[in-house]
Amino acid sequence: MIAASKSSHRDSSAKALRNTSFWFAAVALLCLSMADLDISTPNPWGELGLMAAGALSPAVWSWPTLLTSLANTFSFALQGIALASAVGFVLALGYRFTLVRAFCAFIRSIHELFWALLFIQIAGLSSLTGLLAIAIPYAGTLAKIYGELFEEVDPSPITNLPNLSHKGSLSRFCYTVLPLAWRSMATYTSYRFECAIRSSAILGFVGLPTIGFHLETTLSEGNYSEAAAFFYALLLLIATLRFWLQKRLLPLYLISVFYYLPPQAQTSWQLVKRFISEDIVPAPLRGQANLNAESLGAFGQWCNQLWQHQIWPGLINTMLLGQIVLVFTGLLALLLFPLNSPLFFRGWRGFGDAILILLRTLPEYLLAFLGLLIFGPSMVPAILALGIHNGAIIGHLVGRHTDELTLRADVGTGLNLYFYEVLPRIYRQFLAFLFYRWEVILRETAILGILGITTLGFYIDSAFEEFRFDRALLLILASAMLNIGVDHFARWLRQRLHLKSIPESL
Amino acid sequence: MISSFGRSLGFIFLLLITPICQAQTTFTFTAIPDQNEAHLQERFDKVAVYLQQALDIDVRYIPVKSYAAAVTAFRNDQVQLAWFGGLSGVQARRLVPGSQAIAQGYEDQLFSSYLIAHSSTGINKSEEFPTEIAGKTFTFGSKGSTSGRLMPEYYIRQHLLAAPSKVFAKVGFSGDHSRTIALVQAGAYQVGAVNFKVWDTALAAGKIDSSKVKVIWQTPSYPDYQWTVRGDVAKRFGAGFQQRLTDALLNMSDPELLASFPRQSFIKANNALYQPILDTAVSIGLIDAQP
Repeated sequence: MIAASKSSHRDSSAKALRNTSFWFAAVALLCLSMADLDISTPNPWGELGLMAAGALSPAVWSWPTLLTSLANTFSFALQGIALASAVGFVLALGYRFTLVRAFCAFIRSIHELFWALLFIQIAGLSSLTGLLAIAIPYAGTLAKIYGELFEEVDPSPITNLPNLSHKGSLSRFCYTVLPLAWRSMATYTSYRFECAIRSSAILGFVGLPTIGFHLETTLSEGNYSEAAAFFYALLLLIATLRFWLQKRLLPLYLISVFYYLPPQAQTSWQLVKRFISEDIVPAPLRGQANLNAESLGAFGQWCNQLWQHQIWPGLINTMLLGQIVLVFTGLLALLLFPLNSPLFFRGWRGFGDAILILLRTLPEYLLAFLGLLIFGPSMVPAILALGIHNGAIIGHLVGRHTDELTLRADVGTGLNLYFYEVLPRIYRQFLAFLFYRWEVILRETAILGILGITTLGFYIDSAFEEFRFDRALLLILASAMLNIGVDHFARWLRQRLHLKSIPESL
Repeated sequence: MISSFGRSLGFIFLLLITPICQAQTTFTFTAIPDQNEAHLQERFDKVAVYLQQALDIDVRYIPVKSYAAAVTAFRNDQVQLAWFGGLSGVQARRLVPGSQAIAQGYEDQLFSSYLIAHSSTGINKSEEFPTEIAGKTFTFGSKGSTSGRLMPEYYIRQHLLAAPSKVFAKVGFSGDHSRTIALVQAGAYQVGAVNFKVWDTALAAGKIDSSKVKVIWQTPSYPDYQWTVRGDVAKRFGAGFQQRLTDALLNMSDPELLASFPRQSFIKANNALYQPILDTAVSIGLIDAQP
């Protein structure tokens, strides 16, 4: 709840909230008019029938395979989050420096899959690759959350301390800021753990031995019964987390996963050296002892070609799709959050939340394929896939936030309750969640190659496929720039609209 | 609290810096078959057992997911032998100087791709390249596939004189031959390119509804899948190893093993056979011309 002293603030900024929402929706509508929204009318019923039949008759082909891939998925996720929270914490201590913030935005702007593809070049398909692919982007995310939490805790303990000369000292921080932020940090980290499990599963798409490995294979072969078994296993893992992943058992789990899947790799300095001194050097400059006008000219041409054919169209498509998806995600979240709110579905909340878990666990790849079957190739399946996935996530978080609302005794019910009581009071929080999700949405546009939407991620994926790591790196830098820009803008908006950061409410 | 962070951090670093290079005495290979990627480990473990007996050394199979991952594993010496597609083999041999194509599938001498179309397009099978596919929606298979991407794209450019993104209304990458068939059969894409063997097998298995999707054109033949071995195996596994390995592959006759690839037998191959694939990849810009 927002303190009474701030209520005047709230009144004056309600208009700002409304205006911001309006402009976001207006820009999204503008983007829609430029987007490719053709709906063709394919005949998907045969394939959809097979999928439905598979979903209803899950078949486990081999229990050892299923259980090992489940254990691997869990291990990568837990190891990744453990490392990420430690590194993220250290980074968060310096979060007031622009450079640190930009660094964090940079490492989290690269999709887990691309981190994995980068590390595969150096460390092969190994457990170390899996760990780092999760730990690095998550460290960037957690640093942001922790950092913003530290900025927003009640400053009175620190201002009340005498001897302000040691204001920046670590022990001061540990006794004033950290205790206030600790609970939120823990809750947010545990929420990110669920995301890490999904990321870990997705890493299977490039060959790490997690659930995604088998899920992708079985789906692409149309073996829907087996795919269903793997998917249900993942769903069950995520849905039951809160029952068995308890705080006091955490050290035990941590030790077990490091014992079960020790991070190791067959690697050597030569591989690292080769990667840095050959692979990522732009092709026209490779193997040139010293730069001359000719090679520089060739390099300029190389950059120009890449800009015209990939970076610029990729940027446009990524932003176009990202903006539409952002607003669609918001609308869906507002529609879905009552499913996880005690104010609307008192007795049914468990069921409602189960639906949200289902929606956000369905891999976007699968949603995109379904959308492609039904609507044909265009931006429509992409908008649906990313919107449903992210909408279910934000819906879940907003729903949980409504736990903390205290309502008057004579409050209305149904639509009156929704529009006149709950919506105005959660709207600020809702926007905060949505802005957080913005950059994630941009990052996720990468994995929709099946739809042929040429986002930056599409070209990065192609560059890896063609072993052109120089191109991949330049494209990754371009998407990082976009991400840093969006992060900057979202931060500015958040401050302007006085949006409290996420974790307080979690 | 800080200290618990510190402890876990220290613990993790300790694990990270423990020597991560394992001694390698095992001969490792990988394979991505063009169809039925399910249960790879189980099927190819049998091939590993066969090679182990034939070569009298430890042989291990590791499953990979994509052509790119297979090439990387080969380049980093994580595997010494790989069953590559035409394009991935060419890429691998460029990245690992000295490596050799030693055997190909019997069927791979004269491989080809089909263009397939949904019935609503009204395009019929012809000997001539079906120029009326211009303007339709189109899906390739995986971006790095020889039969699902490289060769079809080459013939599309040759006959329609422009890049696919210019020729077609939309271009997707289904990621897999089975997906391509499913998507064109559902009409989600109007036209697609698919590996001829995957199509023939699916057709024989009754998985294709011929009233909805059919073959409209077949590409001229080209060489495809092959076994490629690293050039430095003799150093590690003894002189004459490559010859013994080649013999073991050529002598593989157990139908159960061959069905994993699936090929009727393996025959001799060499790098020069794949020059046309390299030239094609360079001509459509997938590989840079060698300076």
